[in-house]
Amino acid sequence: MGAEKVAVGIEIEARRRNVPVELVRNGSRGMFWLEPMVEVETGAGRVAYGPVTPGDVPALFDAGFTTGGGHPLSLGPTGEIAFLKKQQRLTFARAGITDPISLDDYIAHDGYRGLRNALEMAGADIVQTVTDSGLRGRGGAAFPTGIKWKTVLNAAANRKYVVCNADEGDSGTYADRMIMEGDPYVLIEGMTIAGIAVGATRGYIYVRSEYPHSIAALNSAIATAYERGYLGPGLLASGKTFDLEVRKAAGAYVCGEETAMLESLEGKRGMVRFKPPLPAIKGLFGEPTIINNVLSLATVPIILDKGAEFYKDFGMGRSRGTLPIQLAGNVRHGGLIETAFGITLREVMYDLGGGTASGRPIRAAQVGGPLGAYLPESQFDTPMDYEAYAAIRAVLGHGGVVVFDDTVDMAAMARFAMEFCAVESCGKCTPCRIGSIRGTEVIDRILARTEHGRNVRLLRDLCDTMLNGSLCALGGMTPYPVLSALDHFPEDFGAEGAKVA
Amino acid sequence: MLTPAEERSIARILEEKRALPGALLPVLHAVQDEFGYIPAAAIQLIADGLNISRADAHGVVTFYHHFRRARPGRHRIRLCRAESCQSMGAAALEKHVKNRLQIDFHAATADGRYSLEAVYCLGHCACSPAITIDDQPYGRVTPQRFDELLAAETGK
Ligand SMILES: Cc1cc2nc3c(=O)[nH]c(=O)nc-3n(C[C@H](O)[C@H](O)[C@H](O)COP(=O)(O)O)c2cc1C
Ligand code: SF4
Ligand code: FES
Repeated sequence: MGAEKVAVGIEIEARRRNVPVELVRNGSRGMFWLEPMVEVETGAGRVAYGPVTPGDVPALFDAGFTTGGGHPLSLGPTGEIAFLKKQQRLTFARAGITDPISLDDYIAHDGYRGLRNALEMAGADIVQTVTDSGLRGRGGAAFPTGIKWKTVLNAAANRKYVVCNADEGDSGTYADRMIMEGDPYVLIEGMTIAGIAVGATRGYIYVRSEYPHSIAALNSAIATAYERGYLGPGLLASGKTFDLEVRKAAGAYVCGEETAMLESLEGKRGMVRFKPPLPAIKGLFGEPTIINNVLSLATVPIILDKGAEFYKDFGMGRSRGTLPIQLAGNVRHGGLIETAFGITLREVMYDLGGGTASGRPIRAAQVGGPLGAYLPESQFDTPMDYEAYAAIRAVLGHGGVVVFDDTVDMAAMARFAMEFCAVESCGKCTPCRIGSIRGTEVIDRILARTEHGRNVRLLRDLCDTMLNGSLCALGGMTPYPVLSALDHFPEDFGAEGAKVA
Repeated sequence: MLTPAEERSIARILEEKRALPGALLPVLHAVQDEFGYIPAAAIQLIADGLNISRADAHGVVTFYHHFRRARPGRHRIRLCRAESCQSMGAAALEKHVKNRLQIDFHAATADGRYSLEAVYCLGHCACSPAITIDDQPYGRVTPQRFDELLAAETGK
């Protein structure tokens, strides 16, 4: 978002003034309203300036920013910025701090300690450590990662695979992208640990085509890891092997569903497979396969480094560890908030997010991507925990939070959910393929106030059919945003007697 | 119809990629990266090269939104239509862009200069509404900023 021009500006200005600077293009800290952000290494730690435009650069030099000098854009010591200070960054411990493409920088910041520990352990012990940590899949379904790995470990086969789901199709989410672009080695390390844990020798990272910069960052990091013996045969002289390759997706949301993704990797249309068999038993090319989200895999190194207990200490109930929340939409301070489970939406949106960007009241938030429910104000205090959300028929999903102010038309959002489902359906089941098209039509009729009561009932029936008759969560969860909009914001659907917004 | 040079490019891509497990998507990406789209005449060559039926290859090309079947404009503009961008005015931006370029989604301007694609999330949701011009992302794009970007990035 203009950082390149700022970087060039600083280099030119430094040369002109003969000020020695060593410029490092670190990844994002995830405070997007302050970007492009420039950090300066001073005797007293890092000091941040932002948002910096190329035009600000001469004035920053005048203010002596290379030694931490005062300037209106100065944000003070980076670590003291409230938005960061309130977080607990484990998965994102290095993001924004290190040079993403430097393996030495990665190692200097505790990188590859997890793998070194893992190489001393039996596969079953690695799997047990991941199970004990309480880590659950961050891709959406929140399935315990260690249990999935155990199935793959116990499956007898000549070949096994580790597949990383980097399709990140959920709107309002970007944490996978931040890992891939800001700390790619942590994902490579996590996948390598997964491979040696279950005896898989080959990994694929399936990255959405909308992320060309992620693909480039990963390819560069993978090449370096091979050169330095962190990938390939004889992994760090352990005698083990792990090969890794990036595959580019092709813009189909449903290919984030794990079995559709396998079809896509095999060179086919992304049609969802029937389960069983589980991918852990018969996955890629028919072989046992670990499939995990980027964040799940990128969390494995710190667990193997610091131990299961360390990780498990964060969180609440059965949601252990930290959740990388991605705050977006109509919000003043959007960005990445990694924090222990249990924080509330109100804290996220107001205390950290600073309310809406428009300055108007927050009316609703969609949590968990396009298949996640819309939450009204009355639910903003529910702790962000998998079970607490399930109890209000909502999901945390991949951790996306999209904020809407009071100008939002919730019926339009419900219609959009149906439209999105229709566009992205793989077409295998009728409730999803046809139901979603009917859904948009019924909402149109509701809004045209044609037989209002009857059409609202029809919409609910339709949602019921989709919920119960769909093979995967695309058809099966599109009713979440639709019904939550209808239940919590009936006035937008022209409900009789309800206040008209 | 493909020119002999184009046929040679496709043969070279097939040679490079055919040994990959699940080679079809990598081949299609390479073809699109080189041609800007997947020419109809290329599908038969790709199918033959990978020992699959033309219908299967065609089915894959049509399944994925990313693969284009017509030549795009010289500058490819992608506009996010998903929820976060909607919350920050993506619908108004969409209207402005279509009006300004005089085209709908998945079409190219008559002079072949621009093409416009709808996408659902670019991963820049904290800077909504987001677009990309030739893969370069831009955030907080107002209609006015769009016009400035168009002028600055593509010289119009
Ligand atoms: C329609 C649909 C889209 C999905 N998209 C993604 C995605 O983009 N990324 C992801 O990690 N999981 C996605 N999932 C969930 C995956 O099927 C799967 O549960 C996940 O990759 C498993 O990894 P985890 O256990 O680490 O979460 C999607 C599921 C469905 C039904
Ligand atoms: S619910 Fe929709 S996307 Fe999922 S398998 Fe059925 S048709 Fe395909
Ligand atoms: S919703 Fe538009 S970039 Fe994510």
